[in-house]
Amino acid sequence: MSDSAIRVVAEKCVGCGVCVKACPFGAVKLEERLAAIDPAKCTLCGACVEPCRYDAIELRKDTAAAQDLRAYRDVWVLVEQIDGAIQAVTFELLGEGRKLADALGMKLCAVLLGSNVSGKARELIACGADKVYVLDRPELAYFQDEPYTTALVGLVRKHRPNILLSGATVIGRSLVSRVAVSINAGLTADCTGLALDPQTGNLLQTRPAFGGNIMATIVTPNMRPQMATVRHKVMKEAPIEPGRQGEVLLEDIASELLKSRTRRLRFVPEVESTVNLAEADIIVSGGRGLQKPENFALIRELAEVIGAGVGASRAAVDANWMPYSHQVGQTGKTVCPKLYVAVGISGQIQHLAGMSSAEVIVAINKDPEAPILKVATYGIVGDLFAVVPLLTQAFRKLGG
Amino acid sequence: MHIVVCIKQVPDSTNVKINPKTNTLIREGVASIINPFDMYAIEEGLRIREKIGGKVTVLTMGPPQADAALREAISMGADQGILVSDRAFAGSDTWATSYTLSAALRKIGEFDLVICGKQASDGDTAQVGPGIATHLNLPQITYARKIEAIDAQHIVAERLLENGYEALEAPLPCLITVVKEINEPRLPSLKGKMAAKKAQIPVWKAADLDTGSVKLGLDGSPTKVVRIFTPQPRESGQILRGEPREAVAALVEKIKDIVIGASAT
Ligand SMILES: Cc1cc2nc3c(=O)[nH]c(=O)nc-3n(C[C@H](O)[C@H](O)[C@H](O)COP(=O)(O)OP(=O)(O)OC[C@H]3O[C@@H](n4cnc5c(N)ncnc54)[C@H](O)[C@@H]3O)c2cc1C
Ligand SMILES: Nc1ncnc2c1ncn2[C@@H]1O[C@H](COP(=O)(O)O)[C@@H](O)[C@H]1O
Repeated sequence: MSDSAIRVVAEKCVGCGVCVKACPFGAVKLEERLAAIDPAKCTLCGACVEPCRYDAIELRKDTAAAQDLRAYRDVWVLVEQIDGAIQAVTFELLGEGRKLADALGMKLCAVLLGSNVSGKARELIACGADKVYVLDRPELAYFQDEPYTTALVGLVRKHRPNILLSGATVIGRSLVSRVAVSINAGLTADCTGLALDPQTGNLLQTRPAFGGNIMATIVTPNMRPQMATVRHKVMKEAPIEPGRQGEVLLEDIASELLKSRTRRLRFVPEVESTVNLAEADIIVSGGRGLQKPENFALIRELAEVIGAGVGASRAAVDANWMPYSHQVGQTGKTVCPKLYVAVGISGQIQHLAGMSSAEVIVAINKDPEAPILKVATYGIVGDLFAVVPLLTQAFRKLGG
Repeated sequence: MHIVVCIKQVPDSTNVKINPKTNTLIREGVASIINPFDMYAIEEGLRIREKIGGKVTVLTMGPPQADAALREAISMGADQGILVSDRAFAGSDTWATSYTLSAALRKIGEFDLVICGKQASDGDTAQVGPGIATHLNLPQITYARKIEAIDAQHIVAERLLENGYEALEAPLPCLITVVKEINEPRLPSLKGKMAAKKAQIPVWKAADLDTGSVKLGLDGSPTKVVRIFTPQPRESGQILRGEPREAVAALVEKIKDIVIGASAT
């Protein structure tokens, strides 16, 4: 293996065996008074390089050679399903994944983990997947960290994707964080932009940091797969193409590997609002300006009429006007809807951190100096108790 | 019960600025705080100790001045702090950070529960908690909003999901990450402040940890930052003037297409 990243220089090696002791993985042996490295065991950690007094082991510094990157092909999208319903973020990932796969000349593959989900593969193919890997097992009926991790790690090791995308959801982040560490891959969180480096073909992963004050572009040059979680609502959903052809590959895994140490005792669905805040196209949020919990009815009514999810500022949540699961901002949720209506919210930086990437922001506030008006696309300076009912009424009329 | 809380010192988000010439963060003059989510992690550790007894250790990896974050946690009531600090850790991404912290936890040896914040306010990744759990092969309960029960062997916690919550039971040792809903952090006590002043905080360097042959810091990080920039400022908006009725009519004109479009999908 002449192009291996690590090699023994026969001319220099004296067969002293120091490297054999230094190797934590038992990958170095002496064969005919020469050090020999077993490539199957060697992890290229370099522990044997330093101790050798004869400089007889060379490790190429560029860890690009640590993995044969060319062996890693295809763009994978982890399908997020709840009770068999594929979540919107998956279709957004398929839309984006399709573009990346085409630009790289690779296939777009969806990974579907669940129970009784095989029938869903066609839906994924219609949305752009060339292949769907299905692992259909009762143990995967709902998300559990450990079995899902083992299942995904197994598939990645077997098929070696180049890129693996997942939603930056509770499930996505809990799962792929474990997967990335298990397979020593890089993982970039909560991306809002994906592109390819024209020179290297590496995935350029752009994401906000410091509450959206700065953006960072991150690459994973030497490891595969390149893993990223992607924020909801930023990417465009894949168009549906009925009758599109694709391959469905049924995978299997031993039951013992799907054991979970944690056990779900019960699941309690959210009752406050049927709209999942992160997936909502429109969000109406209320803040301290509403003055009392009863007044949140104004927000709920408007939200219902325009088909929106209900959000809240921390001040409103801390006052117990709304459950925490509706809090938007640095210590709550990050949302990226098409339309965000902030009612009686001042727009402190911690609130902005959670919503400033919304496409259109509307602010209704009586204080012309409120910071929210500086980021708002449209602002109304006025009393929310006068403005909001009028707005609800107007849309109710429009809806007929 | 030995509870280890992982905390991170972060710049106070209200004051973050970047130098437009170098595109790097201006850290001078920016106050450092304990990552907001980690305050809930500390508080939860203290509450468990108060309920069933034991000891709370706070652990941080960071520059020497992160010592202050540990002392603040001690002033709230934590029993001891450990600072993991070495130039070799510089540039760590979440893989390398969670590896280094897991090595520190191995050195600590016996512990029953590791508590992390849901995410740190600078990187916002939410990856370090699960990363530590994976390096140590621990079960995890992320996004915990309530601990329903805990004894020497088990924990039952509620995990906040997008569509509700679930109650999960896990054997100890286990790692949890917590959200804000879980509690209300206490203020430091006078006694705590005195303890914080006197506390001896050990500093563990890379050589003090058994990190095997794994690379650390920047070299041990699969991800690399290639560019940092300020986001495009939002285009300056428009204030819709006039009587409420007129302003609302103007607003409806502006946003009705989005509303109709959204209800169509
Ligand atoms: C570590 C940390 C984390 C935080 N995380 C978050 C977070 O995740 N999310 C979050 O939202 N906040 C967060 N905050 C709090 C944040 O700094 C603000 O305190 C909070 O967002 C304020 O909420 P508000 O805008 O509802 O209340 P206020 O700031 O009190 O604003 C109320 C607004 O309503 C307007 N108003 C009042 N009456 C009327 C009326 N009749 N008609 C029209 N307008 C009216 C007022 O002009 C004012 O602008 C955090 C703070 C810290 C320190
Ligand atoms: N350098 C660090 N030292 C100690 N704990 C950390 C560090 N970085 C992250 N953590 C813990 O991991 C959580 C998630 O951080 P992050 O993955 O960076 O968003 C934080 O809330 C902390 O509990």
